[in-house]
Amino acid sequence: MLARPGFPSFDYVRADTPAQVVRLLEEHGEAARLLMGGTDLLVRMRDGVIRPRLVVDVKHLPGMDDVVCAAQGDLTAGAAVTMNQLAAHPDVRARYPGLAEAARSVASYQLRNRATLGGNLCNGSPAADTGPAVLVLEGRMILYGNHAPSPVREVPAGEFFLGPGRTALQAGELMVGVRFPPPPAGSVGRYLKLGRNRAGDLAVVGVAVLGFPDDTAPSGYRFRIGLASVSPTVIRAWEAEEVLAEGPPGEATFVRAAEQAMEAARPIDDVRASAAYRAAMVRNLTLRGLRQVWERLCEI
Amino acid sequence: MSRHTISVTVNGSAEYVDVPSNMTLLQMLREKLALTGTKNGCEAGECGACTVLLDGEPVNACMVLAVEVDGREVTTVEGLAHDGQLDVVQQAFVEEGGVQCGFCTPGMLISAHSLLDRNPHPTEEEIRQALVGNLCRCTGYTRIVRAVQKAARGRV
Repeated sequence: MLARPGFPSFDYVRADTPAQVVRLLEEHGEAARLLMGGTDLLVRMRDGVIRPRLVVDVKHLPGMDDVVCAAQGDLTAGAAVTMNQLAAHPDVRARYPGLAEAARSVASYQLRNRATLGGNLCNGSPAADTGPAVLVLEGRMILYGNHAPSPVREVPAGEFFLGPGRTALQAGELMVGVRFPPPPAGSVGRYLKLGRNRAGDLAVVGVAVLGFPDDTAPSGYRFRIGLASVSPTVIRAWEAEEVLAEGPPGEATFVRAAEQAMEAARPIDDVRASAAYRAAMVRNLTLRGLRQVWERLCEI
Repeated sequence: MSRHTISVTVNGSAEYVDVPSNMTLLQMLREKLALTGTKNGCEAGECGACTVLLDGEPVNACMVLAVEVDGREVTTVEGLAHDGQLDVVQQAFVEEGGVQCGFCTPGMLISAHSLLDRNPHPTEEEIRQALVGNLCRCTGYTRIVRAVQKAARGRV
């Protein structure tokens, strides 16, 4: 086997404050890259896809690896919170189980000790497992930059993902966390993932389903559906959600919604699966997710 | 390129190491500290041959920069045995024949050791899940899983 070329030269700085990070980003522009868990950055550097001259380690900034529950019921996860931290955190498991499940589905245990929530989201990968979970929980990305009057701005998850590898992060900005509003009362969440094998692989298709009772919906329930790996970005399946809000909840409606989710997907052929297979699996996983969430909703 | 003098505890002993910023933890262990038990496999976080414990939790040493472990504690496969006695997981791998070519074994041992620390009585499925990040091309995994089950019984 050929040895990989190893890393080109770069300087390393461990940042202490977000203001310092912004200064470095402004000074070095594209030549600077932010490091958290490194599970994507280091691979791309080793493959020569990117050649930063400066690597800024931002995972030790204050609050970056904290999960904090606020009095008003919000939960804020620092951008450098690892997948294993998310998957094991009692509040995340209890209140946002679909997010915990998505975090647990990433790669291997060792990788999940390094891979971070912020890294997963900021890479802008269409296959990011936490993406659909953050979309259906309507999380808000907390971005720090040189803005006035406050250095912090929030971007709703639904406006964050712009294209493959592209997000609403602007030059000189970094993500410091994700704020999750309280989950809807009585909600049930799941993340279903299909890979080429039963564990450790990137998603061929990922489907997040969140369901909850809602008197304002004709059906008495609302469902939110997020999809990974079947479009240029992670997406919500809005038309499917409308079908489910109209109701009545049950198998016939779930089948129609799953068909709508398949329509919303714009998959491509790649090394992991064909577009046609992905589309069919969006339908199957959405249907399976809706059945499982509905079963739990009926028990509550 | 920046260089950094880091202080790190490796297998219980304090080390001060001068590392360039582009050196990985794996390179530091093998080339600076001559701890060649940790293997260099895929260099992409896929195969797990370089798995070590960082502050008690398994990570792929090829995916960590050496400069990142300043002030932290690393345990490699060399740190599992004590006083000439194999760790219970190592002993179980020997007894169950969980080793063929041996290249994946150091990483397997570290991952299995970590699993039993956090879950002393894993099911077969839990063992297989915990070892997803450790690839073995020889054994077909059956004897490795059996070895971990035996180690779990032995730790009681």
